[in-house]
Amino acid sequence: MKNYKGWEGFIPGKWSNDEVNVRDFIQRNYTVYEGDSSFLAPATEATKELWKNVMALYEEERANGGVLDADTKVVSTLTSHGPGYINKDLEKIVGFQTDKPLKRSLQPFGGIKMAAEALSMYGYEIDPEVKEIFTKYRKTHNDGVFDAYTPEMRLARSSHILTGLPDTYGRGRIVGDYRRVALYGVDYLIRKKEEDKAIISGEMTPDKIRNREEISEQIKALKQLKLMANSYGFDISEPATTAQEAIQALYFGYLGAIKDQNGAAMSLGRTSTFLDIYIERDLKNGVINEVEAQELIDHFIMKCRMVKFMRIQSYNELFSGDPTWVTEVIGGMGVDGRPLVTKNSFRVLHTLINLGPAPEPNLTVLWSKNLPLNFKRFCAEISIKTSSIQYESDDLMRPEMGDDYCIACCVSCMRVGKDMQFFGARANLAKCLLYAINGGKDELLKDKVTNKPLQVSPKYEAILSNDALDFNEVMDKYNQMMDWLAGLYVNVLNLIHYMHDKYAYEAIEMALHDSEVRRFFATGIAGLSCVADSLSAIKYAKVYPIRNEDGIVVDFRIEGDFPKYGNNDDRVDELAVNLVKSFMNKIRSHYTYRESVPTMSILTITSNVVYGQKTGNTPDGRRAGMPLAPGANPMHGRDTHGALASLESVAKIPYEYSRDGISNTFSITPSSLGKDD
Amino acid sequence: MIGNIHSVFSGGTVDGPGIRFVVFMQGCPLRCKYCHNPDSWEFGVGEERSVKDLTQEIIKYKNYFGTQGGVTVSGGEPLVQIDFVTELLKSVKSYGINTAVDTSGFTFNENSEESVKKHEELSKYVDLYLLDIKHIDDNKHKELTGVSNKNTLNFAKWLDKLGKKMWIRHVVVDGYTDDNEQLLKLSAFIKTLNNVEKIEVLPYHTMGTVKYQKMGIKYALEGVNPPSKERIIEVKNILKG
Repeated sequence: MKNYKGWEGFIPGKWSNDEVNVRDFIQRNYTVYEGDSSFLAPATEATKELWKNVMALYEEERANGGVLDADTKVVSTLTSHGPGYINKDLEKIVGFQTDKPLKRSLQPFGGIKMAAEALSMYGYEIDPEVKEIFTKYRKTHNDGVFDAYTPEMRLARSSHILTGLPDTYGRGRIVGDYRRVALYGVDYLIRKKEEDKAIISGEMTPDKIRNREEISEQIKALKQLKLMANSYGFDISEPATTAQEAIQALYFGYLGAIKDQNGAAMSLGRTSTFLDIYIERDLKNGVINEVEAQELIDHFIMKCRMVKFMRIQSYNELFSGDPTWVTEVIGGMGVDGRPLVTKNSFRVLHTLINLGPAPEPNLTVLWSKNLPLNFKRFCAEISIKTSSIQYESDDLMRPEMGDDYCIACCVSCMRVGKDMQFFGARANLAKCLLYAINGGKDELLKDKVTNKPLQVSPKYEAILSNDALDFNEVMDKYNQMMDWLAGLYVNVLNLIHYMHDKYAYEAIEMALHDSEVRRFFATGIAGLSCVADSLSAIKYAKVYPIRNEDGIVVDFRIEGDFPKYGNNDDRVDELAVNLVKSFMNKIRSHYTYRESVPTMSILTITSNVVYGQKTGNTPDGRRAGMPLAPGANPMHGRDTHGALASLESVAKIPYEYSRDGISNTFSITPSSLGKDD
Repeated sequence: MIGNIHSVFSGGTVDGPGIRFVVFMQGCPLRCKYCHNPDSWEFGVGEERSVKDLTQEIIKYKNYFGTQGGVTVSGGEPLVQIDFVTELLKSVKSYGINTAVDTSGFTFNENSEESVKKHEELSKYVDLYLLDIKHIDDNKHKELTGVSNKNTLNFAKWLDKLGKKMWIRHVVVDGYTDDNEQLLKLSAFIKTLNNVEKIEVLPYHTMGTVKYQKMGIKYALEGVNPPSKERIIEVKNILKG
């Protein structure tokens, strides 16, 4: 074992014995904190001054139509831009994606068209030479995908039964273990990667060739990362020796990722308790005091708030804003029963007070009933003051994921540095139900040539009778249509991720993973409650189809009442549960790219609005164009039996079949609870 | 046993301590001018539910109740169906769930042996009474609710003797129930009781007016505004003496 200066005072273990094992380091070295929040320090003058500057920049950005500045010429890489600062003398943690704060970088590897379009929407023009290079000489992910798409795939995409697919933009959702940069220094990581590469030898199968090439890319990226840090005057080749160095090195790792990728979600991981170990060491050695510790965290979080990407306006509409999903998870319990709550868990949440509320970074508390009471109280207090904390059930995820997992985007859990995922957007199951009724003809779209209803799926037999819909007949046809959809969906994703690996590989993020990673194949569904209620209406009430002049069922007449999802009524909740199980099983039956593990999510947070716009009238009485419910939520206003009944319905959705996450958007206002004391 | 139920609500937090499952019983002999649930007045309608079936529904939520929460039976006037409520709470209690009854006390007749006996039997299974005293002055009470407050006040005294824990609730309606002198009298009455754990002052609200329109009933308090927050604090201070 080498005696790094940065490791002095740490308890050694597997982590220091020629391994890369951040979890082992944390477990051996962290200090549980069960006290209250009274130790926390307010923002320093430097923090206030910096934040004032940032607020002025935000104001300027808004006044400028949403983008402050954008690069039109220099393609973003780890080393493409010189250092950028807000105020170099005051910043304890430094580094921006470009040479100026909030200036958006140019990232054409996902697709040159999207990059150019995004620029032009905000009044910028892409440099003609860049455009030429990425059109003539350097193929993009987007080009690759469209070269390989089948006509059926294109049709499913344009009819929006598959939607939000990462075929024109970066897939994101990959979270590097940025802590490794601080704990080991880059040279150690390069050495380990070289060892991994050397093992891949012998007969050169395509897989081995790809793996060798990818690890080479990773090593190059790590070398670039060192150069990037050098441009800011830092040497990150060896382990960090102080808290400030550790935070800086970790942030550089993350900065490398966001310079390299404009991903749909670029999450941070699980860093606060890791960093607490460095802060505790510095506090003990008198290197810093609490005020300075908080200042470091405030400046770090400030940087995470300022992550920006150049995106087209419709993307922002889909997500109701300009989200970057810099998700950081906090707390949770260790598998040994100790809470993973440290003083730094408090400090990170306290930034919401020192800097004010903000949606990013997406601070996510991993909730367990066994968390220290003082920490629970503090979370509640900050939630009440800022409405800026997301909560997720550690008790649900820990048994499967252990105690060093993080969240990508909003709910996808992955073990840090050990798992990655292929983001798969969503299949619209409400639209699929309408396809089942209409034999795969779209209820809204017409064929441009014949002006007849557009046939999207193969020609299945439609429901021809005008009698009340028969539940069994609908279910038969729906199953058949879901078989088709699941197969197509998996194939579309196989193709997309093949091309993303090929043309927009996340070298720096994967350099901060084990070389042998577990890959998740993350599918998703939209419209769960709409379908459950529709099937319930068909089963328990009478639903008569109404046809247009082409014979397409475009509306429904409902006679009688029916149980609605969200009221803890098993008659309909079972329909929802079965739907989730059955679609997931259909997904599982297909080949998935790179031996990835199929998962599913039910988690639209805002995009349910856009999916609803593309979906005709549904048998539950929802009108065409109206939003689907977000995630696994009941349809708006149909959960009439109070909060618990609504939650219980959602809680029936089996996590084993929706391992990538189930979301339920639930608002409680203090006045609706009616208590003032 | 079968009861007529107006509705049930999971996750209520305003009718008793903690998170509660609230059963609203159908039917009420009072006609409070400010009533926000006129659809709970009529007797013999609503959904027929058995004790067993309702218990099965309630126990599904036991995990949410924690140490404080539980079941509250409200209405309507729940004790018009006192036999059913007694059976229900007996059944719920056997699962170790906290129970509360939100009542006007109108059904209690201290001169009737049968009535006293029934309320006694019920009280075995009630952890907390939420007793609404709508007005301390009998004439004003009649004007406001159509009935005398004699039973209500007697019930309060009787419960107190029985040593039952209660919360006194009072709805503040501008010009009807917020006269300072009357409030002082109410406060004096509450002071004679030893087992009042809490006094709840509830501001009148207009959320029920839509139901009146739907049902085609004239709303007696048209144009009366909800009291200000400041006034509610004043009333609280008066009642708490």
